[in-house]
Amino acid sequence: MGAQLRVYKRRIRSVTATKKITKAMEMIAASRVVKAQRKVRASTPYATELTRAVTAVGTGSNTKHPLTTEAETPTRSAVLLLTSDRGLAGAFNSNAIKAAEQLTARLQAEGKEVDTYIVGRRGLAHYNFRERKVAESWSGFTDEPSYADAKKVAGPLIEAIETETAEGGVDEIHIVYTEFVSMMTQTAIDSRLLPLSLEEVAEEAPKGEILPLYDFEPSAEDVLDALLPRYVESRIYNALLQSAASKHAATRRAMKSATDNAGDLITTLSRLANAARQAEITQEISEIVGGSAALADATAGSDR
Amino acid sequence: MAAELHVALVAADREVWSGEATLVVARTTSGDIGVMPGHQPLLGVLESGPVTIRTSDGGTVVAAVHGGFISFADNKLSLLAEIAELSDEIDVQRAERELERAKAEGDASAERRADVRLRTAAVS
Repeated sequence: MGAQLRVYKRRIRSVTATKKITKAMEMIAASRVVKAQRKVRASTPYATELTRAVTAVGTGSNTKHPLTTEAETPTRSAVLLLTSDRGLAGAFNSNAIKAAEQLTARLQAEGKEVDTYIVGRRGLAHYNFRERKVAESWSGFTDEPSYADAKKVAGPLIEAIETETAEGGVDEIHIVYTEFVSMMTQTAIDSRLLPLSLEEVAEEAPKGEILPLYDFEPSAEDVLDALLPRYVESRIYNALLQSAASKHAATRRAMKSATDNAGDLITTLSRLANAARQAEITQEISEIVGGSAALADATAGSDR
Repeated sequence: MAAELHVALVAADREVWSGEATLVVARTTSGDIGVMPGHQPLLGVLESGPVTIRTSDGGTVVAAVHGGFISFADNKLSLLAEIAELSDEIDVQRAERELERAKAEGDASAERRADVRLRTAAVS
């Protein structure tokens, strides 16, 4: 076998192996998307009921709560960025990071200090590499977040907003995550988590429903006290789940195009290998023909 | 007055139980409360404790609920809990082990959770 042909054969073998791996990863990601979507759906009843309850308390009583009142001049905000632990997901992480950076720039332009909180090793690595300050970070659960994980993330954030700004607390919390629109579309979005504007919550609740006058047990303040942190946790949980679903969808797409590219590469390489083999054969034939002609000439010459 | 109410027992990550019932007893921070069809709209904070649901077909569903809310309006009752387990889902041995551990470590809330689980499992 010629040297050229051997090189092609080797490359085809290695690309075939890569294709097998990316194909497997694509399948795994596809099954995980479905699982993650199911989890998003399973968490919906709780979120809906909670939204209803928050709306009910918010509209049914005139209670003021630190989590719903806006500071007159917000001076410090927290940004919670949700990324994944692992890469191989196309532009998934860089999109989320970009969205977070745009938000940070916007907040800084408004004269606010920004504390960054990060979920996922990828985002953390990005910030650490640039030696930016990270207030707190979590990782290890981004593929399959549980409610306990959401609680773990929400805890310090709620604590930060309840602390006075002068003592290192924050006035508002923003969250940046990747929204799962469909299998093909995932968009990195940012939204303000706190302070909660009850009008917005009310808009989210089903329309045309007249909320009854609730009897609060033990009191409206206590209910709100207990309700709002749960609401924040549930929002973060939902964001974590959507981010996980988006990550798997992005991985699936990235791996699908990797598989397709590997397929194309194999086709091209096989053509080149075939051409090389053909060239080799042609060369061998012409060598044989040329050799035998020379031999014939030589014998013909000696006969004479 | 309607004879039954619709109950949805929802945990943070799944719907645990839903169906029609005639009476629901739950523990709020200010004491046990029983809700029957036609109760006035109510929103309360739940304590860690067992929730008893008398279903309209005469059966009883008992669940251990840890933290959450009860809300009732228009004959629809929602029990929102961070963690909720039906009595037949509870692993008694595990709860016992947890109770032992919580007692040893002096973790009051964990002890209470395990205790609630055990008592819920014992009822059914």
